[in-house]
Amino acid sequence: MPNMSPKKTPMPSQDPKVRARNFLEVSQGYTAEMAREEASRCLNCKHRPCVSGCPVHIRIPDFIAQVAKGDFDAAYDIISDASNLPAVCGRVCPQESQCEKLCVRGIKGDPVGIGRLERFVADHHNAQPGKKLKKPVSNGRKVAVIGSGPSGLTCAGDLAKKGYEVTVFEALHLAGGVLVYGIPEFRLPKTIVQKEVDNLIALGVKIETNMVIGKVLSIDELMDEYGFEAVFIGSGAGLPRFMNIPGENLCGVYSANEFLTRTNLMKAYKHNALTPIMHAKKVVVVGGGNVAMDAARSALRIGAEKVYIMYRRSEEELPARREEVHHAKEEGVEFMMLTNPVEILGNEDDFVKAVRCEKMALGEPDAGGRRRPIEVPGSEFLLDADCVIMAIGTSPNPLIKSTTEGLETQKWGGIIVDENGRTTREGVFAGGDAVTGAATVILAMGEGKTAAKAIDEYIRNKAK
Amino acid sequence: MYKITEKRPLTRNITLMRIEAPLVAKKAQPGQFVILRATKDGERIPLTISGTDTDRGTVCIIFQIVGATTRQLNTLEEGDCLADFAGPLGKPTELDGLKKVCVVGGGVGCAIAMPIAQKLHDMGCEVHSIVGFRNKDFLILEDEFKACSDKYIIMTDDGSYGEKGVVTAPLKALIESGERYDMVIAIGPLLMMKFVVETTRPFEIPTTVSMNPIMIDGTGMCGGCRLTVGGETKFACVDGPDFDGFKVDFDEAMKRTAMYRKFERHAYEAACNLLNKEVE
Ligand SMILES: Cc1cc2nc3c(=O)[nH]c(=O)nc-3n(C[C@H](O)[C@H](O)[C@H](O)COP(=O)(O)OP(=O)(O)OC[C@H]3O[C@@H](n4cnc5c(N)ncnc54)[C@H](O)[C@@H]3O)c2cc1C
Ligand SMILES: Cc1cc2nc3c(=O)[nH]c(=O)nc-3n(C[C@H](O)[C@H](O)[C@H](O)COP(=O)(O)OP(=O)(O)OC[C@H]3O[C@@H](n4cnc5c(N)ncnc54)[C@H](O)[C@@H]3O)c2cc1C
Ligand code: FES
Repeated sequence: MPNMSPKKTPMPSQDPKVRARNFLEVSQGYTAEMAREEASRCLNCKHRPCVSGCPVHIRIPDFIAQVAKGDFDAAYDIISDASNLPAVCGRVCPQESQCEKLCVRGIKGDPVGIGRLERFVADHHNAQPGKKLKKPVSNGRKVAVIGSGPSGLTCAGDLAKKGYEVTVFEALHLAGGVLVYGIPEFRLPKTIVQKEVDNLIALGVKIETNMVIGKVLSIDELMDEYGFEAVFIGSGAGLPRFMNIPGENLCGVYSANEFLTRTNLMKAYKHNALTPIMHAKKVVVVGGGNVAMDAARSALRIGAEKVYIMYRRSEEELPARREEVHHAKEEGVEFMMLTNPVEILGNEDDFVKAVRCEKMALGEPDAGGRRRPIEVPGSEFLLDADCVIMAIGTSPNPLIKSTTEGLETQKWGGIIVDENGRTTREGVFAGGDAVTGAATVILAMGEGKTAAKAIDEYIRNKAK
Repeated sequence: MYKITEKRPLTRNITLMRIEAPLVAKKAQPGQFVILRATKDGERIPLTISGTDTDRGTVCIIFQIVGATTRQLNTLEEGDCLADFAGPLGKPTELDGLKKVCVVGGGVGCAIAMPIAQKLHDMGCEVHSIVGFRNKDFLILEDEFKACSDKYIIMTDDGSYGEKGVVTAPLKALIESGERYDMVIAIGPLLMMKFVVETTRPFEIPTTVSMNPIMIDGTGMCGGCRLTVGGETKFACVDGPDFDGFKVDFDEAMKRTAMYRKFERHAYEAACNLLNKEVE
């Protein structure tokens, strides 16, 4: 008999007042009992709407049925068929606009907590003394992967399992991409990412950090001189955008990437860290996505007294995951909707002292169907602040395009690929944010998988 | 990985190191830099590539001990390894077609200027070098500069070596005496570069400066290194570090560089206490 409670089984989490001052994980995950209870809310519908909402088509009702039965290993195997990063995706996927959005239970009440269950299954698996992964027998063929974000890690893993000799080249000193430099510890503990990387190493994948491809080696050199038969580009969309308003270069204005990199990658929040970060009191974060939420909540944890999210549309349009918005509010972040900064003002030493803002109203829908924000005349006001964080989007870094002849991109920088991840250069594949622009972990992972399949076919056909 | 094959003090607070990094050595060109971490958990700092030895696969860096990280780096010895060493980053200095150039270096900036002077010399360009230091004790790379310069002028603040005064004095004198430079390349403290630019501007001599804002990734990912150049925002790590000196907003750059001064002083003192080894 299904559990007919209209509410999701609550997931334990740290008290908002306490967690707003620490970097420990906010949500603590289900126990086995809670997971089974939540799993039994699934009606196991015949037409499986949730599966079509999942970008990688995890067989959701099947894994949930196993959770309900208490066979968590079987559940893990089902998820693994489609996903390489369940512990990550269970934490960071925007479930409310994917699988859970289509859940029949969501029509009257909460949808089944699919993300929470995925997370439980993955954590349960990871907590067991792992079966040692064995390096598959090598087929002697070399593939290079550029970038160690979710797309690159997935592509590398899938190819390694097929016996390819895979080397991942990462520009930073640590592998993981946005998962290590962007998404904060309190939302995605770095030990989880490290575990995924360690698994790849166990499969024989080589990870070369400090390798900025396009500078130290070009794609042509990788293929012509180092014997890589194919290359996957998973270099992400790391180039931060600014608003081009006056005062944006004042001290105390950060891109979200810089603020988060200092905090997450360089651990600037720790007492003895050598990398500095501003300990601001009043922080304005401009933007409404996950990146903005992460920056705002990090600023609180570093010690800010007041943190505002400033977004030019209304709360309904916030692109961030619902859970992050909810958590941010609980922690005391203030949401200033329908507001846009027009100028940042500095003191005599060029440190931020205030933001001049204007109110917005929503007009006609634009081409994308979202209502266009328009300024309300005469609505300008000043807001005191000593730090401003711009979280208004990123685009792909032009470095690889500019050093790879024949690699075509869109005007805005996204690498052009076909449905199998093939670029305009033979033997060169791409996926993730480098192709789509800033998107999601699950999409990046899915494209890494697609490309791995295509690379395998490409090399096998070449061998004939 | 990234083994220190040689370490040599050039002055009391400037050290030269050669680091094993064959791939970087193979690609590096004058004007490019690396980002390194001395130890795990350390800070990422940029240092210019002062030279390479492709046979040995080593990269030469010359750094001044100014704060916590350079101090930490200076505690490493020959045979030790750096945790991280990524490069070559930034664009190489554009030298094509130059026939006569005045290279102006200030302090540790001379370490960055020297490979440029060398390359120009190797290209057959006439090189005049003007270098400035606080006093005789801070002088570096005298022989190296002499070897590649057709004219070499040393200035010290106190006159303890070479001429007394600032680098812009001989620069102005040379230009006024009729020396026709295709380009002036200035590398040193921001204030020095600002004054070099003010010196060359009336003569309309193209002037390249090498900017050194605070960096983290060095790949264009954070925007922390941004500068205003010709009214536009540029990222020094990918668009530079060299820029047209006439267009750079030096005042803004100076303020941005000072953003973490309080923190840095604190970290430096902490490092000093920890290491308990006198440097300055
Ligand atoms: C703060 C933040 C929060 C987010 N929150 C969420 C969330 O909650 N849910 C969600 O689904 N998505 C979220 N996202 C988006 C998600 O993280 C990305 O869509 C995803 O990481 C993209 O993966 P990727 O593999 O394409 O690239 P990335 O993760 O960006 O990794 C690219 C890697 O390539 C490296 N690289 C780049 N250029 C080179 C080069 N020339 N040579 C070598 N290496 C190079 C980079 O250093 C980086 O490590 C968030 C993003 C950010 C920034
Ligand atoms: C492209 C570039 C090339 C450089 N080349 C050289 C070189 O060849 N030799 C040399 O001695 N120095 C060079 N520098 C400067 C060098 O990076 C700094 O001296 C060093 O980072 C100081 O670190 P610290 O912790 O010892 O000092 P801190 O006490 O942290 O800082 C002292 C001063 O160094 C600057 N600084 C601090 N952190 C950084 C950072 N992450 N990035 C850039 N500047 C910073 C600040 O202006 C600060 O006021 C270069 C800088 C850049 C951007
Ligand atoms: S150092 Fe981060 S963008 Fe230049």
